[in-house]
Amino acid sequence: MDIQFTEEQELLRSSVQRLLRDQYDFDARRKIVASEEGWSRKHWSSFAELGLLAAPFSEEVGGLGGGPLATMIMMQEFGRHLLVEPFFETVVLAGGLIEDFGSAAQQATYLPDIMSGEKVWALAWSEGRSRYDLGHVSTIARREGGSYVLSGTKAAVVAAPWADSLIVSARTSGERGDRNGVSLFVVDRHSPNLHLQGFRTIDGRRAAEVALMNVSVPASQMLGREGEGVAALEACRDSAIGALCAETIGAMGELNAATLEYSKTRKQFGATLGSFQVLQHRMVDMFIAHQEALSLMQHLNLSLASKDEGVSRLASGAKSKIGYAAKFVADQAVQVHGGMGMTDELNVGHYFKRISSINIQFGDPAFHVLRYAQLDAAA
Amino acid sequence: MELVLTREEAAFRDEVRAFIAENYPAEMRVPNPDTDLTKEQMLLWHRILHKKGWIAPLWPKEYGGPGWSITKRFIFERETTRAGTLPPLAFSVTMVGPVIYTFGNETQKKKFLPRILSGEDWWCQGYSEPGSGSDLASVRTKAVRDGDHYIVNGHKTWTTLAQHADWIFCLVRTDPSAKPQSGISFLLIDMKSPGVTVRPIITIDGSHEVNDVFLENVRVPAANLIGEENKGWTYAKFLLGNERTSMAGIGRSTRYLDRLKQIVKAEIPEDDPAHLEFVRDIARIELDVLALEATELRIVAQMARGIDPGPAASLFKIRGTEIFQDITELTHRAIGNYGLAIREHPVSANHFMPGPDYGHTASEKYLNSRKLSIYGGSNEIQRNIIAKAVLGL
Repeated sequence: MDIQFTEEQELLRSSVQRLLRDQYDFDARRKIVASEEGWSRKHWSSFAELGLLAAPFSEEVGGLGGGPLATMIMMQEFGRHLLVEPFFETVVLAGGLIEDFGSAAQQATYLPDIMSGEKVWALAWSEGRSRYDLGHVSTIARREGGSYVLSGTKAAVVAAPWADSLIVSARTSGERGDRNGVSLFVVDRHSPNLHLQGFRTIDGRRAAEVALMNVSVPASQMLGREGEGVAALEACRDSAIGALCAETIGAMGELNAATLEYSKTRKQFGATLGSFQVLQHRMVDMFIAHQEALSLMQHLNLSLASKDEGVSRLASGAKSKIGYAAKFVADQAVQVHGGMGMTDELNVGHYFKRISSINIQFGDPAFHVLRYAQLDAAA
Repeated sequence: MELVLTREEAAFRDEVRAFIAENYPAEMRVPNPDTDLTKEQMLLWHRILHKKGWIAPLWPKEYGGPGWSITKRFIFERETTRAGTLPPLAFSVTMVGPVIYTFGNETQKKKFLPRILSGEDWWCQGYSEPGSGSDLASVRTKAVRDGDHYIVNGHKTWTTLAQHADWIFCLVRTDPSAKPQSGISFLLIDMKSPGVTVRPIITIDGSHEVNDVFLENVRVPAANLIGEENKGWTYAKFLLGNERTSMAGIGRSTRYLDRLKQIVKAEIPEDDPAHLEFVRDIARIELDVLALEATELRIVAQMARGIDPGPAASLFKIRGTEIFQDITELTHRAIGNYGLAIREHPVSANHFMPGPDYGHTASEKYLNSRKLSIYGGSNEIQRNIIAKAVLGL
């Protein structure tokens, strides 16, 4: 089940690789993270110029038609370089929702600016105690004439401080926890009565609590059908998981390479670390974890590309299995690097933190293994 | 689980509890005492304990210790860790102090011991070097005799809280031609000496606990040599034994488990399937703590009867650190999406942190506790020690 990439896909991969190798080494990233804004508009423009921001979208909406496999190829490279720019939030989450659920008019309004790099987006689905339940929404959207008025607080919205627009889930009917009654809205981040409280994330990004205090949104900015937002978010989560798993694989590969390299050079007790059998076996287990995770990640993205039935269950399975595998690899990479693995200076700790973060986004491995089991029971 | 206490010991336990309740400074109760206190704040409790005569439980009475039995020392340790008081600086009180009163000369004892007890001198530990982590005997920092001084050159690293230190105790190589363990000396160096530079190392949780310490042509009076030249390895090993005894961390683990239970109760409703999973995971860890505590009590009881515990410290270090890592990881998971957030350092009230207060330090604790299985002799090294010294492999 190995993926044979097409010429086009190989081209995409090598151009992303070249760009990141030349412009996004660990030092460059460090400077970006430490900067006032915390991300690089300059690099974002380069991504747009290279066509990366248009790559996954279908040709009908003006994209390059690369689909989930293009996303996979790019996310894997982004994982290797610990990219902080909001590609995932803008292209995969918001772009994906607009492409799959937006009207033709909405697609024509929003997607060109995403693909050209003009606009950045974020997805505000979670709330204070929602954990990973997409239907746990208490933010209210009340109809008033030709508008909806949104009130509530969305939690831990990654990239919100950078975003021009947000997609916000809010309840048009039903009660918190109901599957039905949640709708999605496109909200201008600079709307009156919308307040952001920004903070830093463990993986060097910026996020915010988003308070909506009677924010008025034209009814034309409802995305998808009224009350069916949870189903849309579920589909969005499947693609999101495909992308995050690819990013995880990129990070795991780098951790394994770095650990192996270190174990061949670092000497203790007159011998290289790699000569100690206990560490050899550890690194073999890290290798196996990466191999299995890689295979499952590809399997998932192929299923996403061919829109297989049952992909949602597979997505949860992959998020869990790959999440646990990555956690093991990250733990051991830090451990084998010893004190160095604990430092802010070395990239190893930063991969550890990105993997820890991915293991929270859209549900931790324990949440998804249960969902995997429950979807089987329901089938 | 409780030790069987005599009436006098039970009274002592009550006294310790009451003393903590009445005297622990409120301003030391901050979200993360390991990173949020100034040097002055850290020393508040130290001074209170000193005044009470309880600052150095391990020390013999003649040097200023309280003259407690092993059981009383254990009770004190347990009560203070359960209450979550900041322990007195280990590098001063637990490490260098006992080395000085065991191997130092009279002048050194008079000069240093009272200032350790009072908190006037803050000590840090110059053991690890870039090339020698768990393999301590490979130290390369050189000390060359020059009249009544040593000239010291080298680079120490992972030096905890060196930014506050007045003195550093160092392992230095005084005989480069000898076998690794036999050419090492134990030297006390004034941090204000010309040629000493401290450079912060920021760790993955964003905090500044550890440092590089560079020693460039530092002139150290030969009077600051502990014991005999080239015998430093003996003193170093003696000290490491003290370092590892308290690593079971039962009190700390119990406290963090209690907090985790509160978080789970507040964050995860009972009808969420995750609730049962957390309850089960917490119970498992609780049993780990119980088993380790029972082991500790068994060994304390043996020690009180004069039986040498052998390398039990390695067992405590391995399990104590693994358990605490499990707890911090589970706590980080318990706060859900807010686990993405981390406080900025240096900590300031001006920085916004999302979510309930009890979750604000979950990320940094989770990240910081990764160090536990690495420092103080990595857990791999501790397993080697048990394999060799206990199992005879």
